[in-house]
Amino acid sequence: MSTPDAGPRFRAGDRVRVRFADAPGHIRTPWYIRGHAGVIERLCGTYGNPEELAFNRPGTPRQPLYRVRFKQSQVWPDYRGPATDTVDIEIFQHWLEPGDAA
Amino acid sequence: MTAPNEPRTHDHAHEHDHGHDRGTHPPARPDTDDSLTYYKTMEIAVRELLIEKGIITADEVRGAIEAMDARSPAQGARIVAHAWTDPAYKARLLADPNAAVRELGIEPGAYKLVVLENTATIHNLVVCTLCSCYPRYVLGLPPDWYKSRAYRSRAVREPRTVLREFGTEISDSVEVRVHDSTADMRYLVLPERPAGTEGMSEAKLAELVTRDSMIGVARARAPG
Repeated sequence: MSTPDAGPRFRAGDRVRVRFADAPGHIRTPWYIRGHAGVIERLCGTYGNPEELAFNRPGTPRQPLYRVRFKQSQVWPDYRGPATDTVDIEIFQHWLEPGDAA
Repeated sequence: MTAPNEPRTHDHAHEHDHGHDRGTHPPARPDTDDSLTYYKTMEIAVRELLIEKGIITADEVRGAIEAMDARSPAQGARIVAHAWTDPAYKARLLADPNAAVRELGIEPGAYKLVVLENTATIHNLVVCTLCSCYPRYVLGLPPDWYKSRAYRSRAVREPRTVLREFGTEISDSVEVRVHDSTADMRYLVLPERPAGTEGMSEAKLAELVTRDSMIGVARARAPG
């Protein structure tokens, strides 16, 4: 018996927001990006959930992993580079919720 | 029995004669292998047990370490130089990096490689803010600064200042795109081919492709 993978909810170009959550354990979502809005750059594939794998559990349901692109000027209020600078971050689906319509 | 992490210094006050006061030799640099942490002790215990039970041999352990240390940025440079000289290969490398590096006889392992092309309008920079994820099989072991807290926090927050400290000035008309390597991807920057390299052989081109240019903190070397 096996747990089915979580199916992808988002596609490249979709606007998303990173959940602002403070969960204990092995989290691969950097603190600095929680609560921020970005755009899906690509779906990378489906991978075991690191928050489960870290405790030697099976990591199921496996989660879609995305690369999400954020505007640096929105991530850091005092960012000093041009408004076009960006940061791409790998984020698992269970950390993402649909973003506001553009 | 010495407790783990207990420093074995010579800071004691009793008297004995082994030459403390004789010379003016500089202070000895502390050995890095003289204190056993919990995990170092566990590694030794597990390794010795596996060898004792005949599951692995000491020579296999040694060989695995040797193979790990043998990986070097020369692999990545070979990939970049090939992409510079063969546009069809470059297209395959950007579309399906794992398959493209296998074409050159390089085994990508479990991680998915993402190749980031620097252009006249985009400069890519790689960091792992959470730990030190790094594509070791194409770049070898990461430099110490890549693992430092300073680089990991600042590369994402003030990338242009960090780039300037590495001697890399990026015009404001070029987008700086930072890639935070947080999960199952590994990143290789495909630097721009330097001017004045027309007609150079692939092997000569590979010599211009430095480790730092494939992390994105520098450009490829200029020829000559």
